[in-house]
Amino acid sequence: MKRVLSLAVSAFALAAVPAAAQDVVITNATVATGDGSEPIQNASVVVRGGRVVAAGAGVEAPAGMPVIDGTGTWVTPGMFAAATTLGLWDVGAVGSSNDQAAGGSAFSAALDVTRALNPSSQHIAINRAGGVTRASIFSRPSSTIFGGQGAIVDLGADPDMVVKPRAFQMVALGEFGARIAGSSRTATYAELDNAFREARNYAAGRWDGDDAQLTSADAKALGAVLSGEQSLYLAVERASDIRNALKLKTQYSRLKLVLVGASEGWLVANEIAAAGVPVIADPIDNLPESFEELAATQSNVGRMVKAGVKVAIGGLTNGIEQPRNAPQFAGNFVALGKIPGAAGLSWGQALATITSAPAEIAGFGGRFGVLAPGAAGDVVIWDGDPLELSSAPVRVFIDGVEQPRDNHQTRLRERYRNLDESKLPKAYDW
Amino acid sequence: MRLRAFLICGGALALAACSATTGTAKETKSASSSVSGERADTGVPFPSTYERYPGVPTALVGATIFDGKGGRIENGTVLFTDGEVVGVGDASLPIPAGYTSIDGTGKFVTPGIIDIHSHLGDYPSPSVPAHGDGNEATAPTTPDVWTEHSVWPQDPGFSRALANGGITSLQILPGSANLMGGRAVTLKNVYSRTVQGMKFPGAPYGFKMACGENPKRVYGNRGRKPSTRMGNFAVNRQTWLDAQAYDGKKRDLGKETLKGVLDGEILVHNHCYRADEMALVMDMAKEMGYKVSAFHHAVEAYKIGDLLKANGVCSAIWADWYGFKMESYDGIPENAGLLQQEGACVVIHSDSDKEIQRLNQEAAKALAAGRRMGIEISDATAIGWITLNAAKAMGIDDMTGSLENGKMADVVLWNGNPLSVYSRPEKVWIDGALMYDALDRKRRPVSDFELGQPGEGDVK
Repeated sequence: MKRVLSLAVSAFALAAVPAAAQDVVITNATVATGDGSEPIQNASVVVRGGRVVAAGAGVEAPAGMPVIDGTGTWVTPGMFAAATTLGLWDVGAVGSSNDQAAGGSAFSAALDVTRALNPSSQHIAINRAGGVTRASIFSRPSSTIFGGQGAIVDLGADPDMVVKPRAFQMVALGEFGARIAGSSRTATYAELDNAFREARNYAAGRWDGDDAQLTSADAKALGAVLSGEQSLYLAVERASDIRNALKLKTQYSRLKLVLVGASEGWLVANEIAAAGVPVIADPIDNLPESFEELAATQSNVGRMVKAGVKVAIGGLTNGIEQPRNAPQFAGNFVALGKIPGAAGLSWGQALATITSAPAEIAGFGGRFGVLAPGAAGDVVIWDGDPLELSSAPVRVFIDGVEQPRDNHQTRLRERYRNLDESKLPKAYDW
Repeated sequence: MRLRAFLICGGALALAACSATTGTAKETKSASSSVSGERADTGVPFPSTYERYPGVPTALVGATIFDGKGGRIENGTVLFTDGEVVGVGDASLPIPAGYTSIDGTGKFVTPGIIDIHSHLGDYPSPSVPAHGDGNEATAPTTPDVWTEHSVWPQDPGFSRALANGGITSLQILPGSANLMGGRAVTLKNVYSRTVQGMKFPGAPYGFKMACGENPKRVYGNRGRKPSTRMGNFAVNRQTWLDAQAYDGKKRDLGKETLKGVLDGEILVHNHCYRADEMALVMDMAKEMGYKVSAFHHAVEAYKIGDLLKANGVCSAIWADWYGFKMESYDGIPENAGLLQQEGACVVIHSDSDKEIQRLNQEAAKALAAGRRMGIEISDATAIGWITLNAAKAMGIDDMTGSLENGKMADVVLWNGNPLSVYSRPEKVWIDGALMYDALDRKRRPVSDFELGQPGEGDVK
């Protein structure tokens, strides 16, 4: 049973303007560092100047530093939501509010989510309250197989959201890519090879606009992919498609590949591991929803991890499959471990799939998704086991700054806590 | 990750999360009656041919029991034989001779989980256009269609719902493209060569209706009525008035269904998100002389818990879906808790081939959100949201939904508390027959479609 916490602060006690980073030590808590290790009892976390200074058992509280008594709580790094769309939409089906894809654009690879992002989005506030502190935001392929350039962001309640712009390019392979490219995987690869050829020529100063399929902006943008400066996220499911995706590295040696989806990844797990390519996997694919996912199983992630693949949970992109529910999906991997024939994860491994692994895939290993010296002060205090369905964050810090946890949903909750309108309509209750 | 789903508006998102309209999309999914107790010899069409599979007299001993009606028994005993529950009690309950005893120490027992809102079979996997059989989106009202005629009994999704979700009964509805989508059918989660072999014997039919965005968008985009919410109501009301005048002299499939609703034999399941719209629908039902059994999705039910309670209408809801369409914008995780606080009927539903595998987890999240705001709800009550309350709203609560003597032995043995993320079904019995056993690889159904495919018989 969870004890009642005295440390939950009122949402209104926190100004909605960016606060300064607080030096703080959290003591007597169960600390899970996010690096794959198991939780540590009676441990402390020290945050100074916006960064983690120490985390673990036997950590001394520096003299004079404000103390949060974490008795009965759990402390984790903030969650990192891999391959999501937070900040790009308000209502999924309201097109005017939705910048996830630019199907009508003349541009594709050059598209850049940076200036479309809205740090004030309700979904950022809602997922932040759920313990999500960092994310990789992608632009969805639509007019071509190239979706555009995604960014690494924080979910802090401040106007400055982008941590790293133009961090990766999203490309659709498999059935989805084929549909865009011309109804066949043959067209996908013709498009991909041609685009890389044009990008190479552009980079070498040999670009010929008259003969080009790409716009010059798109050709220029893909240069960063070919040089390895930008990661190449490949949305792919089928085992054969994964093998072909891995082969791209033989053709274009400097590509930094990341597989996204990979529901049949377990069938080629050894090859993925040997290639050193990480995977952002859908945590809940276990149905043959298409002919490229016939072998989908919940054991996909566990089997890939066992084979040595770095796996993050991701692709939780909307109000149905929400990033704030990542702990639930991670917890399911732990549950799977008890089912004969299934491959699950240890508790520590499961937490890593939503903290350190996605951060490492984003190029921020040691910086985000871990409680380790030098890491950003992204800290979540939970009222119980963070992977358990009954638990929730009680305090959230990003870069050492305590974050507000109120949003449209919490306001509705308070307004409708009772249905009494005897004095005035509900509209006056705010 | 399914980038694809957003393009083709597949899955539960179709009319939900996408604004595109396609004829083949699984539009928001969102059906009617014969008399109950149908048998082949009663003249009812497409009668159920389901018969329970063999079981042995079984005693589940030492587990914590959630009985589905709000009760909890520590170190309990559940007895079933011949497909029926014959004893529920504590450790003092004597076990008759000849019973196979199963040690449930440290484990939990619940009634079979029931999903009141599923599209397994009418939007089956693989989710290809050839399988898009849930929306007869050719007219705003299609009360003449019966979703059982769309259900593919080989949907691999049935097995996932059984093994991971402990689902023993489920209602398959038409989608929500239409104001009146047609008849819904209640199934036993048992594979069969025919849909008749899955039909829950004696279950009343449901009738799927949808208010709000979907019908007005689908038909408005074609320049037809309805194109507005007021159009939705106008078409509905006139259709009810015409049905009231039906004398039955010349058979009319649609009017037979509507008459079944007006006669109270067929239960209305109304897809509806917004509180103000639900209030209008309840008044329309009063005007026309029918009752809404449950509002489905109902993300704003918490705003009118008092009205829903007064009208005796259940809310079949998700734990936390919100924001994918305008009418879902005000969804909050405390919806179930606030409804429970008002004394209104709460059902947790899936509308998803994935969420149906985790209704217990969704109930747990909803329970936690309610408790966090200070509403006292017991674990046993939350289990009722996915068992007895669902059965009530589907009109099968006299047969299943709780562990009580005389009811069907639809039982799940969980390897831990079903409200914990770390728990899974260990064994599932349907009418006393062991249909899933996590400890026996062969006691796991494999649909025709999956034979010879990669991963056949794998844990899924």
